[in-house]
Amino acid sequence: MSAWKDRENDPRIDGIASSMRVISDFPKPGFKFKDITTLLLNPEAFKNTVDLFVERYTGKEISVVAGVEARGFIFGPPIALAIGAKFVPLRKPKKLPGAVISEKYVLEYGSDCLEMHIGAVEAGERALVVDDLIATGGTLCAAIKLLEHAGAQVVECACVIEVPHLKGREKLNGKPLYVLVETE
Amino acid sequence: MSAWKDKENDPRLEGIASAIRVVPNFPKPGIMFKDITTLLLDPIAFKNTVDLFVERYTGKGINAVAGVEARGFIFGPPIALAIGAKFIPLRKPRKLPGEVISEKYTLEYGSDCLEMHVGAVQPGELALVVDDLVATGGTLCAAINLLERAGAVVVECACVIELPELKGRQKLNGKPLYVLVESH
Repeated sequence: MSAWKDRENDPRIDGIASSMRVISDFPKPGFKFKDITTLLLNPEAFKNTVDLFVERYTGKEISVVAGVEARGFIFGPPIALAIGAKFVPLRKPKKLPGAVISEKYVLEYGSDCLEMHIGAVEAGERALVVDDLIATGGTLCAAIKLLEHAGAQVVECACVIEVPHLKGREKLNGKPLYVLVETE
Repeated sequence: MSAWKDKENDPRLEGIASAIRVVPNFPKPGIMFKDITTLLLDPIAFKNTVDLFVERYTGKGINAVAGVEARGFIFGPPIALAIGAKFIPLRKPRKLPGEVISEKYTLEYGSDCLEMHVGAVQPGELALVVDDLVATGGTLCAAINLLERAGAVVVECACVIELPELKGRQKLNGKPLYVLVESH
C-alpha cells in the first residue's frame, strides 16, 4: 500500500482539503465541526477523493467495503463499486430490517450502538471500513468489531479527515488507518 | 429521456429485482419492508442499478443530485460522480452543520422535517432527487420543495423501487418519476 509520502505529494490533496469547511460551535459550543458537504458540491474534488481511495485499494482482493451511517454511506459505495466489492451499511439501532449483530460503544456522554446485518459478510472476507472523519476512534472501533465478529478480516480503515490530537488511530485494535487530510 | 418500454426490456432489471429482499413486519406488524441492502451485497446488481440511472441522466445538463438521508446517500453519490454533478445531502433536522432551509412533511402518524444547506444549489440549476424507494411520496415531495425554494429546477425523481398502490407518483408536484422496479 502506498506510503504517507506519496499521499502528501499528490496534487489532488490540496483541492480536497480546501473544499471542506469548518463550522464553529456545532453540534455544541466550542466544537469546530469539519463539514464535508462543501467537498461534495465540488465534483472534481469529490471525484479526486474517491479516486485516491480507489487507487489505494484496487487489486488488493478486498471484497467488502463497510460504511458507517450516514456520511460513510456517501464515500463507501463509490469506492465499493470501483473496486468490485460489496457495500455493507453499518447503522444506528433499529434501522436495518433483518437480523443484526450489535456493538455498543462509548461517547463523550453516554453510549451508542452500531449494527450490521447477519450474513452481510462471510468468514475470511477482506474488508475496509469507511467514514468521513475519525475523531476519538470509538465508532470505527465498533465497526471493526462487528466485522471481526462475523469472521471478516479488516484490512484498513479509510477516512477523508483525521483529527490527530484525539488519538483515534491508537484505538483501532492495531488496524491501519489511511486518511487524506489531517486537521486540528 | 428513455421510455418505459426500453426499461422493461433491459436484461439487467431482473437481477436487480431479485437481489432485493422483503422483510415482513418491519418496522411494524403488517408492513412488508423492501430491503435494498441485499442488492448492495451483489456488486454486479449494484453496479447495474447505478449504470441504469447514469445512462438515463448523462448529457442532460444536470448540475445537482440530491439524495435523501440515509439510503439516498448510497445511490445518489455514484450517480452524481458519473454524470459530473454535485451531490447534495438532504437530512433529518439538526444533522447539517451550516445554515439550512427546512421543509416539513406529513407522516402516517405525525410529521417530520427535511433540511438542505443554504447555498447548496443556485437558482436555475437542474437537479435530480434520488432515494431508494418511493411509497406515499411525502419525503420526495419535501425534497422537491426544498430544491425549488432554492430556485433549482427539479428535472426528475429517481428511485430504485416504487410502491405503486401508495400513489406517491401523483404527489410530486407534477415532476416525473423514474423507477427501476415496482413492488406490490
